[in-house]
Amino acid sequence: MQIDIMEIVWVFVIGGIICIIGQILMDTTQLTAPRILVLFVVIGGVLGGLGLYEPIVHLAKNGATVPLPGFGYSLVRGALKGLESDGFLGILTGGIKETAAGISVALVFGYIIALCFNPKSKAK
Amino acid sequence: MKYQKYANKFVDKPKYFLNCLKAFIAGGIVCEIGYFIQAAFMYFGVDRDTSGICSTILLICIAQLLTGFGCYDTIAKIGGAGVIVPITGFANSVVSPAMEFKKEGPVLGVGSKIFSLAGPVILLGIATSWAVGIIYWILMLF
Amino acid sequence: MNDKRIGKRTIKFPTLPEIIGAASVVGVKEGEGPQAQWFDKILQDDYYGEKTWEKAESKMLKNSISMAVENAGMQVQNIDVLLSGDLLNQLMSSSYMARDVGIPYLGLYGACSTMTESMLVGSIMVDGGYCVSAAAAASSHFATAERQFRMPLEHGNQRPPQAQWTATAAGSVVIKKNYGDTGAHDRHICITHGTIGRVIDPGITDTNFMGGAMAPAAYDTIRVHLADLDRKARDYDLILTGDLGIAGRHIMQDLTKNKPEFEGFKDIYEDCGAIMYDSNQDTHSGGSGCGCSASIICGRIIKELRQKKYKRVMLVSTGALVSTISKQQGETVPGIAHAVTLEVF
Repeated sequence: MQIDIMEIVWVFVIGGIICIIGQILMDTTQLTAPRILVLFVVIGGVLGGLGLYEPIVHLAKNGATVPLPGFGYSLVRGALKGLESDGFLGILTGGIKETAAGISVALVFGYIIALCFNPKSKAK
Repeated sequence: MKYQKYANKFVDKPKYFLNCLKAFIAGGIVCEIGYFIQAAFMYFGVDRDTSGICSTILLICIAQLLTGFGCYDTIAKIGGAGVIVPITGFANSVVSPAMEFKKEGPVLGVGSKIFSLAGPVILLGIATSWAVGIIYWILMLF
Repeated sequence: MNDKRIGKRTIKFPTLPEIIGAASVVGVKEGEGPQAQWFDKILQDDYYGEKTWEKAESKMLKNSISMAVENAGMQVQNIDVLLSGDLLNQLMSSSYMARDVGIPYLGLYGACSTMTESMLVGSIMVDGGYCVSAAAAASSHFATAERQFRMPLEHGNQRPPQAQWTATAAGSVVIKKNYGDTGAHDRHICITHGTIGRVIDPGITDTNFMGGAMAPAAYDTIRVHLADLDRKARDYDLILTGDLGIAGRHIMQDLTKNKPEFEGFKDIYEDCGAIMYDSNQDTHSGGSGCGCSASIICGRIIKELRQKKYKRVMLVSTGALVSTISKQQGETVPGIAHAVTLEVF
């Protein structure tokens, strides 16, 4: 496959901009990190539902899918795919199906890591 | 509220511009890593969707390993939202509370705390997908 | 009947209970800070050879008590009562420490104000004749407090500039009835007065901004203490607040500005949280936690009193009465501060 310079630039710029929005929220509000994560997933889902996230993903590729709005977008995309193929039941299962790899790896690999490592007190 | 305003005068303001710049660079780098992992998979003939999933999985594993080694919070101190907002931040918030509650046992300690920060993200994400799906379903009825 | 009360809220101790022993134990980061020379023991590792952070904190507390008792030239079993507190739910560190020490124990919770709270209660008991000797202690541990009140240690996030660093530290004093003899030390450090603080809620909702939430309580307690005793700030060689931190110290200085009774306050005022760490230790607004004021009082101030650096000091540990639940329910952060005055005779 060919590597497209413009694509690389867009990945960086869009990914960076999404993170700047997060940083501004962190610095100017009292929102804690988990709340910001939830907020971004929901925003990504809503934008996905409105069809506004699709063009960003198309333009920026991983720049839009790696940040958490991309997670929300995938969930919604899955639900809509499910709706198309399986009808109403597809809505209930589609979201998780689409993101199953990410969620189950995060949980199970996280569990293994948690059992293998100990937290460190921060002396520095 | 009046006192809060008064008291806030004595606190240093965050370095907004510098923090945003760091978040931009860190966030960009994380996304690029994802992009190049995916590109590498595609180079070896894996199709686009599968390599996208593989890239996400690898990003999650890298972030969780770094958390295990105790580096992730140091990276986040510098990178800020740049490493919190990407999927790596989610991976970190899965593993960090679980590690912390290791001594409380593998079931009610690690097993339940693994969801303490990540649970709401997964739950509300799925709820959003349901909501959007149901709205589409209703629209399709007409 | 009220011959031991002065003014509105201040109590006096006519028998002059005496501090005959003191010791402090601190963690790695505190031991790298500017106060390192004063601490009696600096840990090499914050786990302190234990399996959990809570056990480590408990062991620090226990160690500080046995060192303070040794410093007093006494035996632990001869101490009549043990008064101790920490930040954890149900005072885990203190209770387990008390289990091991095995003497009568009262657990105290005053958030970060526990050190002067336990000294106050100890002095009341000794002065009232309910016991001859009392050990007063407090502790906090960064890792235990962080995981209870904030985020997991390895969680990636950024601390805002007003955030303070919970000190890994413990401090204990032994308070004894004043018999007038010299005891283990040739100078008598006596607790002469105390003021029990009121809970003051200035309406801060940001739980990271402890210093701002506690400053009005500290101001209130100091002001009442001075008014009740008809003294001015100048009558003290040192007024030391607990853990207002750098931002809180600024607020305190601003609150006392242009008040006649606080004339010269700036020169004699210091805050344990603000001096606990160096600016390059990246603690943002300084230290906090029970252990912060406990270790500075028991480590540094008592030694300085023995070295005749000060004649009369006022110690005002400050606490932010926040819980994990109140925080989530959106409650504001109320502050409290208790004052004790120590004098050297």
